[in-house]
Amino acid sequence: MALATPKKAATTPAANTDAYTRGFARLAGELASGGSPRLQALRQAAIERFAELGFPTTRQEAWRFTNVAPIARTPLTVATDAPSVTAADIERYHYADCTQMVLVNGRLAPEHTRLLGLPEGVVVSSLAEAWQSHPQLVEEHLCRYAKFDDHAFVALNTALHADGVFIYVPKGVVVETPINLILVGAPQDEPLAFFPRLLFVTEESSQVTIFEQHVTVGEGTYFTCPVLEIVAGANTTIDHYKLQRETLAAFHMSTLQVKQHRDSNFSSHCLSWGGLIVRNDVNTTLDGENCTAILNGLYMVEGKQLVDNHMRVEHNMPNCYSHELYKGILEGKSRGVFTGLIYVKKDAQKTDAVQANRNLLLSNEALCNSQPQLEILADDVRCTHGSTVGQLDKLAIFYLRSRGIGEEAARSLLTYAFAADIVTRVKLPQVRRDLEEFLFRRLPKGEIVRQAV
Amino acid sequence: MCLLKIENLHAGVEGTEILTGLDLTVKVGEVHAIMGPNGSGKSTLAQVLAGRADYEVTAGSITYRGEDLLELAPEIRAREGIFLAFQYPVEIPGVSNVYFLKAALNAIRKHRGQEEIDAMDFLAYVKSKMEIVKMEEELLHRPVNEGFSGGEKKRNEIFHMEVLDPTLAVLDETDSGLDIDALKIVAEGVNSMRSPERGFIIITHYQRLLNFIVPDVVHVMVGGRIVETGGKELALELEAKGYGGHTRAAEAAAEAAMPASG
Ligand SMILES: Nc1ncnc2c1ncn2[C@@H]1O[C@H](COP(=O)(O)OP(=O)(O)O)[C@@H](O)[C@H]1O
Ligand SMILES: [Mg+2]
Repeated sequence: MALATPKKAATTPAANTDAYTRGFARLAGELASGGSPRLQALRQAAIERFAELGFPTTRQEAWRFTNVAPIARTPLTVATDAPSVTAADIERYHYADCTQMVLVNGRLAPEHTRLLGLPEGVVVSSLAEAWQSHPQLVEEHLCRYAKFDDHAFVALNTALHADGVFIYVPKGVVVETPINLILVGAPQDEPLAFFPRLLFVTEESSQVTIFEQHVTVGEGTYFTCPVLEIVAGANTTIDHYKLQRETLAAFHMSTLQVKQHRDSNFSSHCLSWGGLIVRNDVNTTLDGENCTAILNGLYMVEGKQLVDNHMRVEHNMPNCYSHELYKGILEGKSRGVFTGLIYVKKDAQKTDAVQANRNLLLSNEALCNSQPQLEILADDVRCTHGSTVGQLDKLAIFYLRSRGIGEEAARSLLTYAFAADIVTRVKLPQVRRDLEEFLFRRLPKGEIVRQAV
Repeated sequence: MCLLKIENLHAGVEGTEILTGLDLTVKVGEVHAIMGPNGSGKSTLAQVLAGRADYEVTAGSITYRGEDLLELAPEIRAREGIFLAFQYPVEIPGVSNVYFLKAALNAIRKHRGQEEIDAMDFLAYVKSKMEIVKMEEELLHRPVNEGFSGGEKKRNEIFHMEVLDPTLAVLDETDSGLDIDALKIVAEGVNSMRSPERGFIIITHYQRLLNFIVPDVVHVMVGGRIVETGGKELALELEAKGYGGHTRAAEAAAEAAMPASG
């Protein structure tokens, strides 16, 4: 055999991390002006860690099918300020009867804030404001749950987040009006990178519903890298809906890290149809008894889109329940990646965990990699997992056509039906309508589907 | 007037010929019964009529109301008035039975230059049809055929037929596996729709159905073609004697048709 030629760099050269260390230096003044000494130290540690880690490569198990080289290659600049967007720009992301807060390129756009009937003690504010108004609370929780040692994008966010959102719900309070967070990516002439940081803290027996929409206003490439930490206090009910609906020029690498205390009910609905390369890390730790975690997801991508949902559910205590259902619809040359780990600690007896990933391939060139995994150290548990990849049922298409439904409409109807069990799991009518509208508009002959479902 | 004319139809899958030169003519207003042993190609004929692409037609013709049926896509055939009640109705999770029917009916109406039916009228219309087949309201709102019992699926097919109001209805063993009450419901469905403008092809394995739906013409199908045609008394004869004679005759014919091999 001939001498091995050096492989074309699958690793990202250090040069690609420079833009971020430069950005860190440029932002130094602003980043130092808020926060705490602990945060300053963390930021420093995180940017150093990122410089060591570099962008992940497909040689790393957790990134095997998701090549982020196109992000590393793009000459991105860390955003140092934000343009303004008009009310008209974001009107279609507005939900009636919701508290609303808008970030543009990772920074609060205060003119769009609308606080609706928030009960006493509830905080919905920018992270920068929260450092002023509730420093102890923020200090107690921010950057405590999403770990960056092993994760380049969490490291980037920890080091470089300029602003974000802080939500706090005190003990026993039920927030009736949902909170709608609109995270706008507003592309500029040069491609920007930004790092929104979100923290939701809920105290015992409280309840809240939060939407997190990622949208684009304008045209062009950008890279958004949000991290959200949620603390679900004892006996809380938290419903989280994430709608990832950016343009096809967006890169989106996100992490959701949830800490669940005993008797908490956390549900997450992760709906992804925008972005060129999208990664959703969704992690929850069930750290008290009798927790429930419901993790639903739907992704529908086309063209050259890639969406990667990377889940980790950690059962650390007995008698908890987790249920994951992620469904994917892949068209064109798109790629769907699903990795789900259910980890059950030795003492977490009577764990009841279900995980399923179902994929529908609508073209021969679409591709899917699905790897559900179990790591169970307890012996008295009920855990099931499964994944499927399939195409539309030919016989079902024929059956529908034989009743007079056109071929395209038949295909669309069956595609919609595939998505329907996720759609119906979306309890909030505003979000459900948005999702349905997206599907009706996206599917060929969607008007017939609208009639038929 | 001639509703359907099939001449010398050859069809099959990947090199296996299943229909081997089939002729059949149905006039408007007539009810034809096709009987034959398992595997004789009855369902293949039904599926070819509905336009299933898995079967390749290699020779012959099908003329429906003067048009070349084989040129038409399945949905166009349906809109032109052909209805097939499947031997094995397909379960479609996630698609509601009643909304699906509404979309189908509207597709058909649009094709015929009629206006879309409005929701209230549709509901009243559907209710009247449900009574005929004694369908429980609950089955309307369930996904198409999902979790339906065998009998419910067959009744649902007849219900679809009632709603879509076809010109030529093909029933593929809709009676198989039904108890006597369900069988009577199916028969009533057909009888209520019998009219001088409509034709039926009733494929059945059992003579019993024909006690309730009295056919104008009975055919015996063996080995992919019609081997005998007669009046309703032919069904009784078959009941008494079985297909034995026909099967042997068909085998002999097939052998005679085979090229001599050394
Ligand atoms: N899709 C198919 N692929 C392969 N063989 C088939 C297919 N459909 C029917 N056949 C064969 O053709 C013959 C006739 O089948 P069918 O039309 O279902 O008969 P019947 O309805 O009279 O019982 C059988 O031998 C059957 O196995
Ligand atoms: Mg059959």
